[in-house]
Amino acid sequence: MAASKASKSKRPNRPGADAGRIYASLRRIRRVEEEIARIYPTDKIKSPVHLSIGQEGIAVGVCDALEPRDAVSGTYRGHATYLAKGGSLPGMMAELFGKDTGCARGKGGSMHLIDMKANVLGTSAVVGTTVPVAVGFAMAQKMRKTGAVVACFMGDGATEEGCFPESLNFAALHKLPVIFVCENNGFAIHEPIAKRQATDKLCQRVATYGIPAKRFVDSDTRAIRTHIAGALPKMRKGGGPIFIECMTWRWREHVGPGDDYDAGFRSRSTLVRWQKKDPVEIAAKALAKAARAEIDAAIEAEIAAAIKFAEESPFPPVEELFTDVFA
Amino acid sequence: MSSPKLAWPGRPEDGRRVLRYVDALSESVALEMERDRSVFLFGLDVDDHKAIQGSTRGLLEKFGPDRVFTTPLSEDAMTGVAIGAAMAGMRPIHVHIRMDFLMLCMNQLVNIAAKARYMYGGQVKVPLVVRTIIGKSWGQGAQHSQGLHSMFMHVPGLKVCAPSNAHDAKGALAAAIRDDNPVVFVEHRLLYATEAFVAEGAYLVPPGRSRVCRWGRDVTVVGISNMVVEALRAAELLKEVGVSAEVIDPIWLAPLDSETIVESVRRTRKLLIVDNGWNMCGAGAEIAARVAEACAGEGPVSIRRIGFAPTPCPPSPILENAFYPNPATIAAEAFALARPDAAPWAPDPSSAKLAYQMQFKGPF
Ligand SMILES: Cc1ncc(C[n+]2csc(CCOP(=O)(O)OP(=O)(O)O)c2C)c(N)n1
Ligand SMILES: [Mg+2]
Repeated sequence: MAASKASKSKRPNRPGADAGRIYASLRRIRRVEEEIARIYPTDKIKSPVHLSIGQEGIAVGVCDALEPRDAVSGTYRGHATYLAKGGSLPGMMAELFGKDTGCARGKGGSMHLIDMKANVLGTSAVVGTTVPVAVGFAMAQKMRKTGAVVACFMGDGATEEGCFPESLNFAALHKLPVIFVCENNGFAIHEPIAKRQATDKLCQRVATYGIPAKRFVDSDTRAIRTHIAGALPKMRKGGGPIFIECMTWRWREHVGPGDDYDAGFRSRSTLVRWQKKDPVEIAAKALAKAARAEIDAAIEAEIAAAIKFAEESPFPPVEELFTDVFA
Repeated sequence: MSSPKLAWPGRPEDGRRVLRYVDALSESVALEMERDRSVFLFGLDVDDHKAIQGSTRGLLEKFGPDRVFTTPLSEDAMTGVAIGAAMAGMRPIHVHIRMDFLMLCMNQLVNIAAKARYMYGGQVKVPLVVRTIIGKSWGQGAQHSQGLHSMFMHVPGLKVCAPSNAHDAKGALAAAIRDDNPVVFVEHRLLYATEAFVAEGAYLVPPGRSRVCRWGRDVTVVGISNMVVEALRAAELLKEVGVSAEVIDPIWLAPLDSETIVESVRRTRKLLIVDNGWNMCGAGAEIAARVAEACAGEGPVSIRRIGFAPTPCPPSPILENAFYPNPATIAAEAFALARPDAAPWAPDPSSAKLAYQMQFKGPF
């Protein structure tokens, strides 16, 4: 599932040879999170999980355009970005189970996934804090002339933190290779965006920094992928940051395996509308039945193996508490 | 000079009503908001259906969205907004669901709120309450579990309160709201469900008065926030080996009533401080230093501290358990202090486990 070369298609928004790869990435993330939700009531995962079910198209659209040398910076709702960029699935599962073999050795949990081998930067549970960190990582790419870019994911709520505009300004000022990706699901926990932001003109706000900004109203995976792939060559040559705002919908509750429609603050009918744009289903339609079945079977086997790995791995020994406080 | 002993006002004529910590918080705010039009409450998610784990339940319905409202995710600026409103004569209560998020408020709290009265020559005051909750358990992890009260204790001009039971939570929150200074009000998630006798009307648990929760002869144990409850559990365990522990709750960490602690240590000559935070430069360090200073030249005093392991908090259950003091480790430390010549002792695991089910309904 590692990120692939950016391939140019003549009909960029139509499925091409990459249809199988994109479907597989989407379907794999969806199934991993469904499995997490299934396991959760057993209490084997003692870590607050923020599922991205419904939002996967953004992570996959962006990450599919990236190269392995590029980095992603996600959030505590980070399973999708981690997996889409090629983070280790067994490492993630074991981390959720609190095991020694976890990607953070049981010291991070679901909110702090990391896989530096795959250039997945660590995620934070303090909203917005990773945005400037991603900018700094990008600045180092410029200083070291690696040509790599950093895709920095954040929620709509994160854009309200002071460090967001501060980071935009700095990235634009120094023409840093950052793809700012706002996953706008309209809510921060249970608070709708209209109670938090004076206007919904986020892209205009960002554009005033001289950063090209584009909104994707239904976050079509392919449209996002095409846009990112098109922007990358210039960015790699010092063209500076870009910004995308991807409108989306969190199908499940803010944290935990269930949903929150009974609480009355958002409607199930909106969910139904978004489910008609389910990125996994859309990607599936581009494939023949047999091809899908083959991919699905491989995914189920991979997930089952990852869960088994997590279950069978040992917990960290108690001495591990004191390691890595300092480098 | 004897320090004021806090009596429990939960008298029988109050009906000995039992209330949960979480409900005591919302009741206290409701009473103060009724009493004083200038009190308002804001912060992320204070008005949603979960109502900050229930602690703001009913306030929106009672007082409306002008006095109870959510904010953008902008803790730094919102703290400044609260300070400005306070300078203009309002009494804001700014709520944060995790203490970790206070790090975003640090500049405003330390550089403006704490100093405004002084550096503006007494022309303004900042009657601000910052309510904040220490998280624990279920793999909260490194950024949702920190007890950072000592950082605020360090700064002149800030008051810090960390009540350990529903009675004190209600009275101290009222005192914080009526205080003309910025108060960092530290709650603990695991205390929310605990119950105590709580009088129906308003009352104050004022700054700078510690409470002796349990009398004892052999060792003084000071607990902070949730660690008061763990210390009381430890005291029960210590009874098995004939050690009598006195448990003290400072309630207010700044101003700190160390007199009550010193008085106790003068009798026991042994002091164990159990903090809900790290030992290094922690609340325990301050308490230990004050006791050592006060008792200098009066003969030997033994002091120990126990707090978070000197690491970030890990989510993996085995590591997380080892990170926190618990009744068994507290009891073992207290025993070592009280019986320095005896072989080390630790409660047997089954009674240590039982200790966790022990509920305390103050007055202790
Ligand atoms: C600085 C900070 N403030 C508040 C919180 C509590 N909190 C956790 S997630 C969240 C909502 C964030 O919303 P958004 O950025 O839109 O991301 P989403 O969860 O919708 O993906 C909030 C307020 C936090 N973790 N960090
Ligand atoms: Mg959101």
